[in-house]
Amino acid sequence: MAGQIFAYIKHNEGVAEDSALELVAAAKKFAAGAAVTAIVTGSNVDALCNDMAASYQEVWKIDNDALSYPNAEVLRKVLLNILPNDAVILIPHDTFGMDLAPGLSIKIDSPFVSDIVDYEVEGDTLKAIRQEYSGQAHTHVECDISNGLVANIRPGVFQPDESKGVSGQVIDKSADTGDLTTGRHFLEIVEAEAGDVDITKSDVLVSIGRGIEDEENIEIAQELADAMGAVVSCSRPIVDAKWLEKSRQVGTSGQTVKPKVYLAMGISGSFQHLGGIKGNPFIVAVNKNPKAPIFQVAEVGVQADILEFMPELTEKIKGL
Amino acid sequence: MEILVCVKRVPDTAENEIEVRKDGTDIVRDDLVYSVNEWDNYAVEEAIQIVEKVGGSVTVVTVGDEDSEEVLRREMAMGADNGVLLSDPAFVGSDGKAIAGILKAEIEKGNYNLIFTGAQADDGAGQVGGMLAAMMDVPYASLVNHIEVLDDKKLKVGREIEGGNQEMHEIDLPCVLSIQTGINEPRYVGIRGIRKVASVEIPVHGASDIGIAADAVGAGGAKVKLVDYFMPELGEGAEMLEGSTEEIVDKLIELLKAKGGLK
Repeated sequence: MAGQIFAYIKHNEGVAEDSALELVAAAKKFAAGAAVTAIVTGSNVDALCNDMAASYQEVWKIDNDALSYPNAEVLRKVLLNILPNDAVILIPHDTFGMDLAPGLSIKIDSPFVSDIVDYEVEGDTLKAIRQEYSGQAHTHVECDISNGLVANIRPGVFQPDESKGVSGQVIDKSADTGDLTTGRHFLEIVEAEAGDVDITKSDVLVSIGRGIEDEENIEIAQELADAMGAVVSCSRPIVDAKWLEKSRQVGTSGQTVKPKVYLAMGISGSFQHLGGIKGNPFIVAVNKNPKAPIFQVAEVGVQADILEFMPELTEKIKGL
Repeated sequence: MEILVCVKRVPDTAENEIEVRKDGTDIVRDDLVYSVNEWDNYAVEEAIQIVEKVGGSVTVVTVGDEDSEEVLRREMAMGADNGVLLSDPAFVGSDGKAIAGILKAEIEKGNYNLIFTGAQADDGAGQVGGMLAAMMDVPYASLVNHIEVLDDKKLKVGREIEGGNQEMHEIDLPCVLSIQTGINEPRYVGIRGIRKVASVEIPVHGASDIGIAADAVGAGGAKVKLVDYFMPELGEGAEMLEGSTEEIVDKLIELLKAKGGLK
């Protein structure tokens, strides 16, 4: 039998993130009725702990002013001190979970499975599904979890379990954190700079990715956007290449947009990019690669080179 | 600053359509275009820029077969001073933990202040850097998109977090950092640069050279086992517009009008 199951609760100053209830749903993949323990760390987290007790059978509270910002280097030490060695711990695969989990798995000597999109548990074996090559191929991976597991679960793949029918118990573990000194000290958050255009305000986005190929070709997308009364946004590679400002980037590491219509032009559709598109817009994807993952989420697709397709579309719209 | 950058040769997803073999044991690797993992390229550029400012040297290392030598040479053409290839039949099929263990064994033979990995790879799990730091018992920061050398004992680093925000830390040396794309603009490597390093000797270290027990690594030693590859079920998927370009454009315009996409 696998050990006690834990879920790490991500929150912003006491407000739980969506992943908090997604992990309730994810944990149900273990033996039916298995008790799950939420771990809540931070400063003044009583209200959040009580909230979580409606969804988790047990809530471990670690309240300490030194933990007010979730520095993964510090929290790894805290978790090592409080978790049993054979713990099964579920962590959201976000920028915090990516920072925390690989090292935790080494220190606690358990297998680590990263960025899980689905899984099953059979006896002591975890069978997980992961994606590789930007979602173009999937893999099944397996590991023995009888001595514990560190599992990073992709945000957004499990529907949050909102049933809240549990009367869980809050247990104060604040005294058990041990030494909190580390070689990495959190200084501050530098907020993203506002750009020339606010892409979050536009109902229609012409969004470009690698398929644009060259900085000079951005003009082709801009002409289409102008004809449509839309704004040009982009995926990460365009910002990495410094062709557009960071404020134009759609995705988890960029802006979250809620347009009515989203034209994905030469964008493959990584989950980080799709994570920035909310509100269920009408998505049109144009891509040379018929296997691009974007075609799985788009309503309408065109297999074409955007550099040839966009000018045709622009001309026709101008002539309307 | 003595900097080691861990790099990897990967199929270039921007250049390839990935297909899975019929038996599911692997992707179809015939005719794939390989290159250095994109994240690693930014890591090497960052290491070179740091050494240009404060002195020291950059070493690139990879775990792989003889084909991986080309990515070491490419990064040396960019400006890395040394390359090391960690190669042994026993390493084949290693999981992330075993790769981190192999890298640690090589690192302990040197005298590095700073270790970089790419934040992730297209065929990986973004795990080796964090595992390596934990094994070495040194501080770690992932998704790093800013580095400032404060003195010979510490750095100021920025981590890219959600929403385009940046999390700033002070971190003690030695440490391991995983580098995010966009931290710099990797320099262009021309054919002349590649020629310059074409005949440079790249040492190859096997399991026994670095004191790794062959049964602790490779497919046999993997805690997390890859069972198979498969193609995702496409679900409903997009309605693909067919016909001549003109027909497609007309259909698309009608749809855009209906959905409020044209003003």
